[in-house]
Amino acid sequence: MASEDCQDARIARIAAAIRAIPNFPKPGILFQDITTLLLDTRAFRDTIDLFVERYKDKDISVVAGIEARGFIFGPPVALAIGAKFVPLRKPNKLPGEVISEEYSLEYGKDKMEMHVGAVQAGERALVIDDLIATGGTLCAAISLLERVAVHVVECACVIELPELKGRERLGDKPLFVLVDAA
Amino acid sequence: MSGCRDEDPRIHGIKTKIGVVPNFPKPGIMFQDITPLLLDPKAFKDAIDLFVERFKDNNISVVAGIEARGFIFGPPIALAIGAKFVPLRKPRKLPGEVIFEEYVLEYGSDCLEMHLGAVEPGERVLVVDDLIATGGTLCAAMNLLERVGAVVVECACLIELPELKGRGRLNGKPLYVLVEYQ
Repeated sequence: MASEDCQDARIARIAAAIRAIPNFPKPGILFQDITTLLLDTRAFRDTIDLFVERYKDKDISVVAGIEARGFIFGPPVALAIGAKFVPLRKPNKLPGEVISEEYSLEYGKDKMEMHVGAVQAGERALVIDDLIATGGTLCAAISLLERVAVHVVECACVIELPELKGRERLGDKPLFVLVDAA
Repeated sequence: MSGCRDEDPRIHGIKTKIGVVPNFPKPGIMFQDITPLLLDPKAFKDAIDLFVERFKDNNISVVAGIEARGFIFGPPIALAIGAKFVPLRKPRKLPGEVIFEEYVLEYGSDCLEMHLGAVEPGERVLVVDDLIATGGTLCAAMNLLERVGAVVVECACLIELPELKGRGRLNGKPLYVLVEYQ
């Protein structure tokens, strides 16, 4: 079908534009680097278009992006679908009143913050990040939003690392990704 | 000529969406918070449109955004004018080969990194951040780009704090801002 071919071609170009860097940030990790995607103007535009096509008729009023690479993909999607953009940040970056959610890392913990009042109860939200690995960060984002009675419609990432089973960790929360990186 | 658009009717709407948070991150500082702007889809779009209108016919092939709030404004501009987006990051975030530029803070110093090969010699570049204060970060960004032979056409920020005289620190490079905070 023509539209599927078009989609496959865009996905192929996006996948080809992502580069894998071995042993970063530490030995044994194959890091999926999206900066090369941002240098390919057509592939970057296609990435945003694919998200926008999926979400523009879903009455989404909030796009929440996870610091920092979620700040690159979230705002263009938000602007295109007419939604608010809400940055979810590392601790002590957002001024004023925040709510925070602690989450586990491989070693130790981290914390994610959102402004109080950025979102209203009942709003429909999309959570965006460049990549889902174990799903810990996305889970923290979902928690923050659900604690203020926002409905998280879906999580959207450019890349999934399926072996790390992040999708399972999201439970019943849908996940949409463009590229699997094995 | 002042690089400030205070005659455009969209500017007023943008100005009202910038929050001022006293004593953040430390006592005596009036923090300019752009997050309310991001919650207003029309005002956010107007801000991007104002930048795009200024730069779209300027043969700019690279938009460089400074981590992290430059990641929110840079990519929508890059996408609209058909330019690459290049993130300028805090140390050790970018994988692979980088060049770095150290710069002085009020107390101590910090460092900005860029990927080698992201920008070619002779490319025309726009540097984007949410705000210019002393100009130290923007200077470091310009240095990084000029060291690889790129031409920095202009720096673009939503907000300028004129009392901190950052404009004069840019080695004669033009600066375009939407709003001044006195």
